[in-house]
Amino acid sequence: MSRIGVFVCHCGENIGRTVDCAKVAQAAAKFPGVVHAVDYKYMCSDPGQNLIKQAIREKKLTGVVVAACSPRMHEPTFRRAAAEAGLNPFLCEMANIREHVSWVHEDRAAATAKAIDHTRIMVEKARHDEPLFPVKVPVTKTALVIGGGIAGIQAALDIANGAQKVILVEKEPSIGGHMAQLSETFPTLDCSQCILTPRMVEVAAHPNIKLHTFSEIEESKGYIGNFEVKIRKKARSVDLKKCTGCGLCMEKCPVKNIKSEFECGLGARTAIYRPFPQAVPNKPVIDREHCLKFQKGTCGVCAKVCPVAAINYDDTDEIVTEKIGAIVLATGYRVMGTDLYGEYGYGKYPDVIDGLQFERLASASGPTDGNIVRPSDGKVPKKVVFLKCIGSRDNAHGITYCSKICCMYVAKHAMLYKHKVHDGQAYVFYMDIRAGGKNYDEFVRRAIEEDGAMYYRGRVSRIYEHGGKLIVKGVDTLSGLNVQIDADLVVLATAMQAQEGIEKLAQKLNVSYDEYNFFTEAHPKLRPVEANTAGIFLAGACQAPKDIPEAVAQAGGAAAKVLGLFSSDELEREPIIARVNENTCVACWYCYNVCPYGAIEKKEIKDKQGRTVRWVAHVNESVCAGCGLCNAICPSKSVELDGFDDGQSYAEIGALSE
Amino acid sequence: MPHGNNSSTLTGFMAEVEKRGKFRLADCYQCGKCSAGCPMAEYMDILPHQIVRLCQLGEESVRSKVLGSQTIWQCVSCETCSTRCPKDFDIAGLMDVLREMSLEARAAHADAGNIIAFHKAFKNSIKKTGRLHEFGLAVGYKLRSMDLFADVTKFPKMLTAGKLRFLPHKIKGVEKVKKIFEKCEARGKPGKRGGK
Amino acid sequence: MIKIGYYPGCSLEGTSSDYGMSVRRMAEGLGWELRELEDWNCCGASAAHQTNRLLALSLPARVLALAEEQGVTELLAPCAACSSRLISTNKTLSENPETAKEINEIIEMNYKGTVKVLNVIQALQKHAMPEIERKVRRKLTGLKVACYYGCLLVRQPKVLKFDDPEEPKSMEQIVAALGAEAVDWPLKTDCCGAGLSMSVTEAVVDLTHKILENAKFHGAQVVAVACPMCHSNLDMRQLDVNRRYGAQNLPILFLTQLVGLALGIPEKDLGLKKHFVKATSVVK
Repeated sequence: MSRIGVFVCHCGENIGRTVDCAKVAQAAAKFPGVVHAVDYKYMCSDPGQNLIKQAIREKKLTGVVVAACSPRMHEPTFRRAAAEAGLNPFLCEMANIREHVSWVHEDRAAATAKAIDHTRIMVEKARHDEPLFPVKVPVTKTALVIGGGIAGIQAALDIANGAQKVILVEKEPSIGGHMAQLSETFPTLDCSQCILTPRMVEVAAHPNIKLHTFSEIEESKGYIGNFEVKIRKKARSVDLKKCTGCGLCMEKCPVKNIKSEFECGLGARTAIYRPFPQAVPNKPVIDREHCLKFQKGTCGVCAKVCPVAAINYDDTDEIVTEKIGAIVLATGYRVMGTDLYGEYGYGKYPDVIDGLQFERLASASGPTDGNIVRPSDGKVPKKVVFLKCIGSRDNAHGITYCSKICCMYVAKHAMLYKHKVHDGQAYVFYMDIRAGGKNYDEFVRRAIEEDGAMYYRGRVSRIYEHGGKLIVKGVDTLSGLNVQIDADLVVLATAMQAQEGIEKLAQKLNVSYDEYNFFTEAHPKLRPVEANTAGIFLAGACQAPKDIPEAVAQAGGAAAKVLGLFSSDELEREPIIARVNENTCVACWYCYNVCPYGAIEKKEIKDKQGRTVRWVAHVNESVCAGCGLCNAICPSKSVELDGFDDGQSYAEIGALSE
Repeated sequence: MPHGNNSSTLTGFMAEVEKRGKFRLADCYQCGKCSAGCPMAEYMDILPHQIVRLCQLGEESVRSKVLGSQTIWQCVSCETCSTRCPKDFDIAGLMDVLREMSLEARAAHADAGNIIAFHKAFKNSIKKTGRLHEFGLAVGYKLRSMDLFADVTKFPKMLTAGKLRFLPHKIKGVEKVKKIFEKCEARGKPGKRGGK
Repeated sequence: MIKIGYYPGCSLEGTSSDYGMSVRRMAEGLGWELRELEDWNCCGASAAHQTNRLLALSLPARVLALAEEQGVTELLAPCAACSSRLISTNKTLSENPETAKEINEIIEMNYKGTVKVLNVIQALQKHAMPEIERKVRRKLTGLKVACYYGCLLVRQPKVLKFDDPEEPKSMEQIVAALGAEAVDWPLKTDCCGAGLSMSVTEAVVDLTHKILENAKFHGAQVVAVACPMCHSNLDMRQLDVNRRYGAQNLPILFLTQLVGLALGIPEKDLGLKKHFVKATSVVK
């Protein structure tokens, strides 16, 4: 016998202004099975929830319908309240009369009628609901952090310091990411490597962190709490256990002219190399594409000089399988090149560089020992022009978003340049100045007011090389003057983008990403560190352009989520799960093919002698996300979805057609 | 660019400009790249991005400022601005629209007299013969502008090189061309017959 | 025989008759049959599109309609202003059926949009490259050429869909096929001042001077153009530039003249004697 309670929410004015909530409650009171119907200003509030709990107890309700906002908003709230009053939470339903009614209609009479219909449908469903009980799955308490930049490092340390195990995978030979390439960081002008390398060392030394460098994710299977990840440890050709990092091999390597990736092409490295002197691990790797041994079968000097015989030319890629409970994505960013715009030379001018290249020039451990010089002839530039918004905020030729960090680092570059070249002049062409962080605006004003950077509000239409100078043709819109500068060096603040090849990684992990290949957060406001896929978290610039403090904060947030996940030995999953009737299943495998989560398994039915009688589909309860595609596609109607079975659905439709 | 969502609520100068050219004036974020690359910027009283800004402000009081500027007539339609604009705003197209409006309103800047005279002489030649008769254009322009002696020294060379035809060539379809002119000149502003 | 419809445009019959001559002789040399459109009218150039939108579309539309009527599928328009107006009109009419209806009504014809317009470089790309190297009788070895595109051959790229608007290479490829050396220089798409030659002469003199000076700085012995307006400003106005800035001594040749010379056609047949700046004997 159904005893349904209906609670109609005004949501302040949000619903009440358009829908006559009292009338909805009155109508609901007459629905079959309804024994209690009220309306109230704010159902999600404490007193509102108490109304539900009280009614459940006093009227012995067998089901509850809250006609209010979207279930995505408050279903958990009301289900928790029902549970606290002793009612199975899955007997509590919501009728959406806000997003589906009051927010999209204006006519009061029509809106009220529609709200009544919505409520009627959900009452019918509630009458057909069955109690459901959450599924419990075990949790592997090891986290996988993908990416060893500052965000990945921070997340790994936070999780490890929370007494949980971490595996950190980094595709480059060393951790550190782009932060290791920076000279000083804004707004304090701290030396970047000085604040970063202690953390890098901490990661390497931490008993709870297993570091796999020069490694990538090969494959990932499973689900929250129970991932199985294959990691490809690429062949270093150097035995990490034997190598002492003495550096003799690098000294003797005859191939010395390879453009160093760490130096952004402004410096050279050898074929056997470590990316930078403070690398962690501080051990080299052989770049087989440029190594004479691998390309021509000659040389072999490094093996000859290595005092501990650590060189191994027969090294091969190794696949390591790890059981993982949670994954943190911290793959960072790349910087757009200078070759996007023809009007700036399509990248052919050596003295037109990007921001990261300027960092390498400014860095004390950089290819020019911290001297700002022109890449073309090594001369000290007396006029440096900085262009902001190159590639960013460009609907026509680039990407539409703002890269967030450029306004700050350009001000920083102008200051660093002035500190090093006292008689030099920095010019900045800008559209806006975005300096919203703590002490950020003051930092930019310092560049302008104290360090003499000349800020022109306007963009540059053309840069070309003439007589050893770069002719920069811009404008200052504030004064209405055209500006031409014959510059010695031009720095383009190019866009911050997602890493190359992110789509492949995202598809391996089943994580969603946007049109710019940034990973999508579960909710842009309230769930910024979680991906849409359960058990996968986001940290750093791989989610959206951001600066170091934000990356570190987000990494901490992701770590907290992981630690929360690991705080219990078992995980409860929502019981909206598909079930196969094995008696009627004909093994057509439509469901198997259509399931986006890989939750359907092919199950053998055997007889007592162990012979296979037939096959049926079987739902893995731990993986099933309750999307219902199998239920929709099954031609023999053998799959039902708990919480949304066919009987309930037909009851809803039937209620509407009355 | 999509026709302005704003159009239904716009009135006056801004609405007229948007309607004529299918622009969405709000697209322009005033970066100035157009002005930075304009070859004629130094000959203009108002820079191209400022012209767009004035149109964005849209009040009637700016109408005469824009339509009476030297800018719109100094523009040579080199299309550099539209090509490099990061918001894909067709500044060059806007200049065409403003020129047409300037002529209709008889509001053109006094210094643009020669330029307009040149265009008039050019069109007249086409109207009369179906093609541009360059000698006729030169004569027509000089008479209108009273710039009688410029380039006269080039005259003999052009003659001997066979580059100047004294007599125009009238095409057979000249009446058809004349009719085209008449229809186009009569139709004036949009609204009378509906959008572009 | 490659048959191409031909739209000379007004200046090729007048002040750029040298261009007109070279186009015809070059076509002969390449085995093209140019069918001049019957009774074509002026495309309106800047005078129309800068003053009257309907006229700007109608005059070129009549040309295109005539071409269609006369069975032309490919129309060569050697003047960059003509080709730009014709291509632009094609695009506007094909994307705006209401406008197309209106314009057809004004011109009293029914243009269906089937004519493809080619500028002179496109025509060479399509109908002469890469075989042209075999037809070269007189390799232009050692000739340093600055290829000047000006404005309307490459802008606006989404309308013309031809070559890169900042670093075009199409003319250079043809020049290289002729055995000459195309110099790399940054001002090849900078505007020369275009139609303001008579009304704002000093602007044209200044802009032209910048272009000529830069071409010379990068080692050019000649400047190649594919537009009668560019030619007029760089060649005829060079005399005014000389007066203000000193002798430039830079011959300005039409691309078609260079092709003609390479094919072995005599200079006088290519109109090289008609230039203001001596353009004969540039090829040794």
